[in-house]
Amino acid sequence: MIQYLLRRIGLMIPLLFGITLLTFLVMQISPGKPTDVLTDLNVKMTAESKERLIELYGLNKPWTVQYWNWLKRVVQLDFGRSFKDDRPVIQKIKERLPASLLLNLLSLSLIFAAALFLGISSAAKRSSLFDKGTTLFVYIGFSAPTFWIALLLMIGFGLKLGIVPISGLHSLNFAELSPLEKGIDLLRHLALPVTVMALTGLAALTRYSRSAMLEVLHQDYIRTARAKGVPERNVLFHHAFRNALIPVITLMGLMLPELIGGSFIFETIFAYPGMGRLGYDAIMSRDYPVLMGIGTIVAFLTLLGNLLADILYAFADPRIRYR
Amino acid sequence: MTRPLTLALILSSFLGCRTETARVETAQGSEPAFDDTFIESSIGDASYLNPILASDNASGAINGMVFNGLVKYDSQIQLIGDLAESWDISKDGLTFRFHLKHNVFWHDGHPFTAEDVLYTYERLVDPEVKTPYSSNFDKVKKFEVLDPHTLRITYKEPFVPALESWGMGIVPRHVFADAKGKAFNEHPANKRPIGTGPYRFKEWKVDEKIVLESNPNYFGGKPHIARYVFRIIPDNAVEFLELRNKTIDTMVLTPDQYRAYEEFFDGYKRFRFPRGAYSYFGFNLKNPLFQEKRVRLAIAHAIDKKALVNGVLLGMGQSATGPFLPLSWSFNPEVKDFEYLPELSKKILSEEGWADTNGDGILDKNGRPFQFTLITNQGNKLRSLTAEILQQQLKKIGIKMQIRIVEWSTFIKNFIDKRQFEAVILGWALSPDPDIYNIWHSSQKKDGQYNFVSYDNPEVDRLLEEGRRSFNLEKRKQIYQKVHALIHDDIPYIFLYYPDFLPVVQERFVGPKVVPISSFGFGWNFDEWYVPRNQVRYPMMSPQ
Repeated sequence: MIQYLLRRIGLMIPLLFGITLLTFLVMQISPGKPTDVLTDLNVKMTAESKERLIELYGLNKPWTVQYWNWLKRVVQLDFGRSFKDDRPVIQKIKERLPASLLLNLLSLSLIFAAALFLGISSAAKRSSLFDKGTTLFVYIGFSAPTFWIALLLMIGFGLKLGIVPISGLHSLNFAELSPLEKGIDLLRHLALPVTVMALTGLAALTRYSRSAMLEVLHQDYIRTARAKGVPERNVLFHHAFRNALIPVITLMGLMLPELIGGSFIFETIFAYPGMGRLGYDAIMSRDYPVLMGIGTIVAFLTLLGNLLADILYAFADPRIRYR
Repeated sequence: MTRPLTLALILSSFLGCRTETARVETAQGSEPAFDDTFIESSIGDASYLNPILASDNASGAINGMVFNGLVKYDSQIQLIGDLAESWDISKDGLTFRFHLKHNVFWHDGHPFTAEDVLYTYERLVDPEVKTPYSSNFDKVKKFEVLDPHTLRITYKEPFVPALESWGMGIVPRHVFADAKGKAFNEHPANKRPIGTGPYRFKEWKVDEKIVLESNPNYFGGKPHIARYVFRIIPDNAVEFLELRNKTIDTMVLTPDQYRAYEEFFDGYKRFRFPRGAYSYFGFNLKNPLFQEKRVRLAIAHAIDKKALVNGVLLGMGQSATGPFLPLSWSFNPEVKDFEYLPELSKKILSEEGWADTNGDGILDKNGRPFQFTLITNQGNKLRSLTAEILQQQLKKIGIKMQIRIVEWSTFIKNFIDKRQFEAVILGWALSPDPDIYNIWHSSQKKDGQYNFVSYDNPEVDRLLEEGRRSFNLEKRKQIYQKVHALIHDDIPYIFLYYPDFLPVVQERFVGPKVVPISSFGFGWNFDEWYVPRNQVRYPMMSPQ
């Protein structure tokens, strides 16, 4: 096992290197430079000052040199400074990370809880009205545009009923509230985004857990259990459920990058100060250092997530052994 | 005193019927409060809260309230002193002598002096500082501090817009501790600004909000509105919901929002006036097809600008006649727009030898059909819509116009900068000073410069040069009104429309006014706005 782990970790290094190289390359190939916003059709700017800005940002050097410089800094864990506001990339990420983590943890837990419940119960009552209704419900959530659902809920619960705020994470007077009120204020702001995120993200996991459960229910040992006269309840929850969990558990590892990645659409609609907007803004303004910083961290977490998924698999399923 | 009167006339002719929801002031009977919060929203977060480094709108909005320049524009787009008490300009226009206001203090209590202005200037021309404004100051020859409240700036050549450039926010030398280059770019004060302005910085929650509070020691008097909150709401539809929910006090509407149900605007005042920008259809004058002015005239008469304004802007705009804004003093009200006369267009074109000889509905001459490609940039729906409407309108007189929409940086680098286009739809944002030398002077035709239609009129050249040299406002007014007429008559562009600026403000605020400078910023007199005491919505918790 240890040997296997070491080998996997060893393989991650060239993989990570390749990912960053590709990211950098794609960024360079895509049209536009970070200085364009300042210089394009800006009549108040002479050609010399344009050149000077390009030089200040180091964009006049060949991309290979730019990448090498970036790499040299990153191995010392220095992600550089944002082109947009000259602040350290790490600090910019740190500022947004807690908000994204909070939102994603809450909505992912909700998704897991709801998906397991829905998936397993609909497998148990296969082809029933409940099963069909669940399938329809999760597919509607999956296919309806996020922004549309979000806007409808905002109009309904925010504007018309006035029970939750429309957007943002804090009320304007947040600093003046007592700790309890602060908690309530946060929850009120989180209610809509978490709900929308769960609604739209439910489909995949529900279907996974449903089919996992179905597969288990077809196994011989379930028939045996039933033949022994074990009550159906016990068959489902004692014998089937635990085994159906195995493929679902591994999915948790794969969700790791999602935890910090953040979603641009949710965060934009709910004016939520998270990682998704940071990344999107960085793409739009060609803020290379921020883009590379986020790219590297997310790539690293994805690789780590894959590894974790494999390890969890081994723990959950005794039939699997790594060598 | 003829000038203000003329301006008033121009104003009334354009605004007379335009302020639709001019409600009766509800302010009467209650004194102005030194209280309440004004909540504005913005699509994006600020970058640098430092006027030398910032170029985005969000940072600009905050910096404008925290910092002051030496000069500023008044309501009639004329420069007046801000941190400068007064100034003299030498006869030859080469030397400015600024007399600074006494008893101005930075938000941390330090006195403001000429040293701060010198420091600001040094950073603006510092090659290591990431400022987009250095070009405005490269004509400065010498900068001298004569005493703590007097400074003398000598220029290499007389340059009127130089005065405007001193509207640049002045930053405090002592806070930056003489930081230069990289240290200045990365200084923590760019996140926690200290200025001289009516509002001082309180807090910045990244991607959420920026909060300012009134500066009790402001040299222009303590502003009435106690707090200013700048909320970041990246989605326009959500911003509109927040407005309907009365959780923000102002926003700039899109035309369809402006025309939404009346009850959405209960408790709000809507405003409508031209924004500091225009859209145009530009000819590449180097193209043989458009070299003949009569051909351009025919096209000008074939374009129905009213239909454009109605179709593209839902009527929220007005057709343009030239490169200046209707509310500004450089605008020439006597310039008559080309009428929509497609029959006249056809007549002119047939006089020029264009006829549909092969019956395919497209005019031709010497076996060459009248067709060209118009390019515009991707991502601007108004422009592509405009292109489609123009295509239909030109088709009616037998001209085939193809449309090509190109991604922005390719558009600029490969087409505009290299002059590889036949016709183009683009827009210019205007600045309050009417100097448009960089766009229309014949010396600006080189690759990458802004006279990309290759316009060349010696008289316009002469006037533009003079307009940069003459500090006499009356004379400049004549110069630029003449430029307006000449450019209109030469038809290098067909000036299409000025989109309207459609701000809405919560009713309790007294003070928002539409004047010529509003086109360049609706909050130009924000430090004079107030809320009557009996209408304060967010009273301050802490005693004042």
